[in-house]
Amino acid sequence: MRKIKIIIEKCTGCEKCLPSCPFSAIRIENKKVRILDNCNLCGACIDACPFRAIVLEKEKIRVDLSSYRGVWIFAEQRKGEIMPVTYELLGVGRTLANDLGAELSVFLLGSHMKGKAEEFLNYDLEKIYLIEDPLLNSYRTDLYTQAIVDSVNLKRPEVILMGATSLGRDLAPRVATRLQTGLTADCTGLEIDKKERNLIQTRPALGGNIMARIISPRHRPQIATVRPKVMRRARPGHSKKGEIIEINPTFSQNNEAVKIITLIREEKETVDLQEAEIIVSGGRGLGKPENFSLIRKLADLLGGAVGASRAVVDAGWIQPYHQVGQTGKTVQPKLYIACGISGAIQHQVGMRTSEVIVAINKDPEAPIFNIATYGIVEDLHKFLPILIEKLEKKGKS
Amino acid sequence: MNTIVCIKQVPDTEELQKVKIDPQTNTLIREGVPGIINPFDENAIEEALRLKEKKGGNVTVLSMGPSQAEESLRKALAMGVDGAVLLSDRLFAGSDTLATSYTLAMAIKRIGPFDLILLGKQAIDGDTAQVGPGLAEWLNLPQVTYARKIEVNENKIRVERVLEDAFEVVESPLPALVTVTKDINEPRYPSLRGLLRAKAEKIPIWAAEDLPLDKRKIGLEGSPTQVVKIFIPKPPKRGEILSGEISQVVDKLILEIEKRRTI
Repeated sequence: MRKIKIIIEKCTGCEKCLPSCPFSAIRIENKKVRILDNCNLCGACIDACPFRAIVLEKEKIRVDLSSYRGVWIFAEQRKGEIMPVTYELLGVGRTLANDLGAELSVFLLGSHMKGKAEEFLNYDLEKIYLIEDPLLNSYRTDLYTQAIVDSVNLKRPEVILMGATSLGRDLAPRVATRLQTGLTADCTGLEIDKKERNLIQTRPALGGNIMARIISPRHRPQIATVRPKVMRRARPGHSKKGEIIEINPTFSQNNEAVKIITLIREEKETVDLQEAEIIVSGGRGLGKPENFSLIRKLADLLGGAVGASRAVVDAGWIQPYHQVGQTGKTVQPKLYIACGISGAIQHQVGMRTSEVIVAINKDPEAPIFNIATYGIVEDLHKFLPILIEKLEKKGKS
Repeated sequence: MNTIVCIKQVPDTEELQKVKIDPQTNTLIREGVPGIINPFDENAIEEALRLKEKKGGNVTVLSMGPSQAEESLRKALAMGVDGAVLLSDRLFAGSDTLATSYTLAMAIKRIGPFDLILLGKQAIDGDTAQVGPGLAEWLNLPQVTYARKIEVNENKIRVERVLEDAFEVVESPLPALVTVTKDINEPRYPSLRGLLRAKAEKIPIWAAEDLPLDKRKIGLEGSPTQVVKIFIPKPPKRGEILSGEISQVVDKLILEIEKRRTI
């Protein structure tokens, strides 16, 4: 038995559904829609409702979880280039799919993305869903949400992973809310409970002071955004066993939508923090904003990028772009040099997976020394000038 | 220009280290940790007040939480907002971001017509950044996240968004929902007059029965996600302290750096 259901909270009484009904089975009462007994469940009114207040409900309210299978990875593209986090998701996604005994797929939205879709054939995965439309060329919350929700309803994956980027964190909650399912933000660990097929999601909370393990046992798909630079990236070079499947989205062009006017790039920074192999970071111990010049100089000499603690960003000494930590960026360079940073847990969360950590701080009790590969208990105002001078000499010789 | 600002009371950042886990019940012990307005939400309140100063209209703050969240609403009143509403009910306890955004959406429908909804980009305790977009979805509104500048022109807003490596300028029709970053403004301090007024103000407290809610969508039952375990991260292995004369230490460090530099 199916039933047409009105989500009363969403219904505005706008009457747009009235003409769509071939059986005149809709009436407006108290500014809300009521479905009459002569409804034959044709569903014509569902598409007519601009507020998605009309749904066709199966009698069984609980979702049949077993009809959802497979792991989907969102291939985030900007200007046609695939974001690096996508390959990290493919890495962890393969493990999850294997543990579920299910397929691993990527889904890619955009226009003229066939070439990029074919590049995914080099990876260890089963399917590439290519969702193309000129309107999907650049990211727009509403259209991406609609295209993803429609594709998910069509193919029913049990797990969806997206990068916890500015785009992913704008999009995922919109998708999860429309699908009325569980979403866990900014995960740093993912595994499968094989018996229940639940995704066990681990994430930091309270500034990294605690970790929480989260599941969505009664809902599918289970959606998670994953911190960039936390998972090991998948490598290409696999037998081309994957298959490209095209999905054609249908849109009712919504002229009420958000429009992108321009993109402004501030060209000052030459090295991207999250891609840098060496990062030199400064904190409160610098004493004053001008002393960031020491950090910049050292970073330049090493060909690295400049990072910062939350304290100095909050104090306005440097642009928020440079902030490393829980509310800033997670980085994983080969070498991280922390200068005058005490190392609050919220900072550690963002850098502790760096290969080598060097900490320079005059306070021997600073928590940063707990995670430093090499700790140097010195006043940075004495230490850094000598280090810079010696490196300069070396560079010249 | 009527704006509704949704705020959350969070434990004070500076005091976060004091938050402990009860090993028996696996829940957070927040006693003794003072509550503050989530810092990004203070920026949202400030922005709403500035828009009101330019365009007129009124500003209402809305918060869901335990009864002590009223303190945060009073602070917002002291900053100059026109009205405040607290959503507080044991039935709301255990709400995840889906249930929270649903409950807020239903309260906003009761508050009445608005042009703009503002929130901080995320709360500093949960750090999910999910309630804003979730709320926009329940209310079927366009959303603009991570704003560092908002300009209102006629029935539209022009917003600068902070992305990882660039800024994006977008335009949205009103009504809309915007989440803000700390770059957008410097929140004001409450004035003496504001403090006195806030003290006298009666803040309505709405419970579940005061709203046209579907009870299956609120609190624990309305929350797809379940926290199964909370734990303190493992302390990492302590490394080596390089000691000695400064210039020797510098040489040792340069040696280590050069081993790792990719040229």
